[in-house]
Amino acid sequence: MSELTRLTIAQAREKLQSREITATELTGAYLDAIDRSNDALNAYVSVTADIATQQAARADDRIAKGQGGALEGIPLGIKDLFGTEGVHTQACSHILDGFKPRYESTVTANLWADGAVMLGKLNMDEFAMGSSNETSYYGPVVNPWRGKDSNKALVPGGSSGGSATAVSAQLCAGATATDTGGSIRQPAAFTGTVGIKPTYGRCSRWGVVAFASSLDQAGPITRDIRDAAIMLKSMASTDPKDTTSVDLPVPDYEAAIGQSIKGMKIGIPREYRIDGMPEEIETLWQKGIAWMKDAGAEIVEISLPHTHYALPAYYIVAPAEASSNLARYDGVRYGLRKPGRDITDMYEQTRATGFGSEVKRRIMIGTYVLSAGYYDAYYLRAQKVRTLIKRDFETVFNAGVDAILTPATPSAAFGVGDQDMAADPVKMYINDIFTVTVNMAGLPGIAVPAGLDAKGLPLGLQLIGKPFEEETLFRAGHVIEQAAGHFQPERWWSV
Amino acid sequence: MSVDLATVKRVARLARIAVTDEEAARMEGELNTILGFVEQLNEVDVSGVEPMTSVMPMEMKKRVDQVNDGGKAADIVANAPECDENFFLVPKVVE
Repeated sequence: MSELTRLTIAQAREKLQSREITATELTGAYLDAIDRSNDALNAYVSVTADIATQQAARADDRIAKGQGGALEGIPLGIKDLFGTEGVHTQACSHILDGFKPRYESTVTANLWADGAVMLGKLNMDEFAMGSSNETSYYGPVVNPWRGKDSNKALVPGGSSGGSATAVSAQLCAGATATDTGGSIRQPAAFTGTVGIKPTYGRCSRWGVVAFASSLDQAGPITRDIRDAAIMLKSMASTDPKDTTSVDLPVPDYEAAIGQSIKGMKIGIPREYRIDGMPEEIETLWQKGIAWMKDAGAEIVEISLPHTHYALPAYYIVAPAEASSNLARYDGVRYGLRKPGRDITDMYEQTRATGFGSEVKRRIMIGTYVLSAGYYDAYYLRAQKVRTLIKRDFETVFNAGVDAILTPATPSAAFGVGDQDMAADPVKMYINDIFTVTVNMAGLPGIAVPAGLDAKGLPLGLQLIGKPFEEETLFRAGHVIEQAAGHFQPERWWSV
Repeated sequence: MSVDLATVKRVARLARIAVTDEEAARMEGELNTILGFVEQLNEVDVSGVEPMTSVMPMEMKKRVDQVNDGGKAADIVANAPECDENFFLVPKVVE
C-alpha cells in the first residue's frame, strides 16, 4: 500500500506545493488503491480514472506555474447524488439508469475550480433514503471496520456510506456527502471519520438530486477536522441558482482550528439520554464533557423538550417532500422506462420497477400525508412541531449556550443484513435520533470520532452550533480530536 | 389513524406506482408501523404555533425578469429514453 494515500488533505497540500510529490503520483496511488479494494468494500459505483488523470496533469501544470487553488491536485470521491457533467449520476437508483447530466452541480463545480481531482462516484442509499447503505441499487457498502476477532461485515451507515467507507479506507483524500436527517454524521461516526453538515443554506443545493428540499444540505466527510474545514470552505458559496443559498461570505474555517474554547458554554441536553442506550455511549459522552471542561469550557445542563418528537415529525416532512420531488421520475425525460398499456400504466410500471422498496415506502407515506383530508392532521401538525423544535434550540442559544454536545449515534455500526432492522423500518429510523433534530432546525452539526467500543468499533460525538457558526464547531471539535486521537481500521480489504 | 388495503392501493395509484396484491398487503403493515410511530405527535400542544415554512429566516430572492439561459433543447432531451427531433416521445394520449 502506497504511503501517499495515508496523507491527509492538509499534508498532501503541503507536499504538492513544495513539489515533494505530484498530483499525478497521488492520483495514481488512489486509483490503484480503489482498484485493489473496491471489490471488497463496494464504495465506488463508477471510477472516473480518465478524468482524474487529466485533472491531475492540469493540477501539476498549475502548481508548476505557482497558480494552484485551495485543493489543487487533491483527489476526492463524489457522492452519486451530485450532478457531474457527462458522468454517472444516478442517486444509486435503478430509475436513473444511464443518466449523465449535461450540467455540473454548484458544489462540485466549486471543488474543480479550486483544483480538486475527481476519482469517481460513491455508493449511497437510494435517493439518500437509508441509514445503512443497504438500499442502494448497487448493493451494500462494507465498513472497513470490523469487530475484534470477527469477520462479520458491518454497514458503514448511510446514506453517505460510500463516502464514509472511501475516506476511512483511504480510497480518497476526502469525499462530498449530503445530510437530510443524519446522512453525513451517522456514517462518519460509524467509520471513525469527521463529517460536518453545515447550516441550511451554506452549500448550494443546485444540481444535487433532491430528496427533502427543506432539509437537504451538502457537506464533507474527511479524516480529520482540519480537512473538513478545508473542504467545506471550497464547497460552500453563495449561489444565485439556489434561492435558499445564503448571502454571507464563506469564512476561513481553518483559521478557527486551534483557537481556545476557554469560557465557551457547552450545553448538555438531558433529553438525549434515551432508554436502551448502551452504557458505552453514555461513558463516551461523559468523556467528551470532561475534555470540554479540561479545555476551559463551561458545561451547562440544558433542556430541549421537543427532542422526542423530532424523528416522528421528520418521518412526515421528509417523505412528503420526497413524494413531491420524486414525482419527476416518470420514464419520459430521463432514466428508466418500462412500457405499459397506456401512458398512466407506463408511469406506474416504470416507477414500480425503478424505485426500491424503501423509496416506494417513503413516497407512499408522503403521498398519504399530503392527500386530501389528511394534510392538516399530519403535514401541518408536523410543520408546527418543527417550529417548536427550532424554538427549543433558539431558547438555549439565547440563554448564552455556544454549542451543544451529544452522542452522534445510539450505537456503533451494526451488521449487514440485520434481521431486526429489516423486519421493522422504524428500528432503522432510530439511528438518526440524535442527528435529525439538527436538520429539522436547519443548524450546523459535526460528528467527531471520540473512541472505540468494547468490540473495537468507532463511536462519535456530535457538536451542534448556532446558524452559520460552523467555526465554533471546528474549534470545539478540534478539542475532542486532540483528546481522543485518530482511529484507523486494520487493513484487511486490499488485494 | 391506520390504512387498510383499499387505501394502500388508492395511495399507490396517486403515487403512480404499480403494486401487486402481495406488495400492497406487505405495504399495509409497513405503513401502519410508520403511521403508528408518528401518532405520538398528537401529544404535542400546537395551539397558536405557526407551521414552519422556512428553516432559515431569509427573504425569498427573486431573479431579474429577463432571459439569461436557454437554447439547450439538445441537452434537455439528451437523456430521454425516447425522443425525436427535440421532442419527448410518450405513448399516445389522444385517440
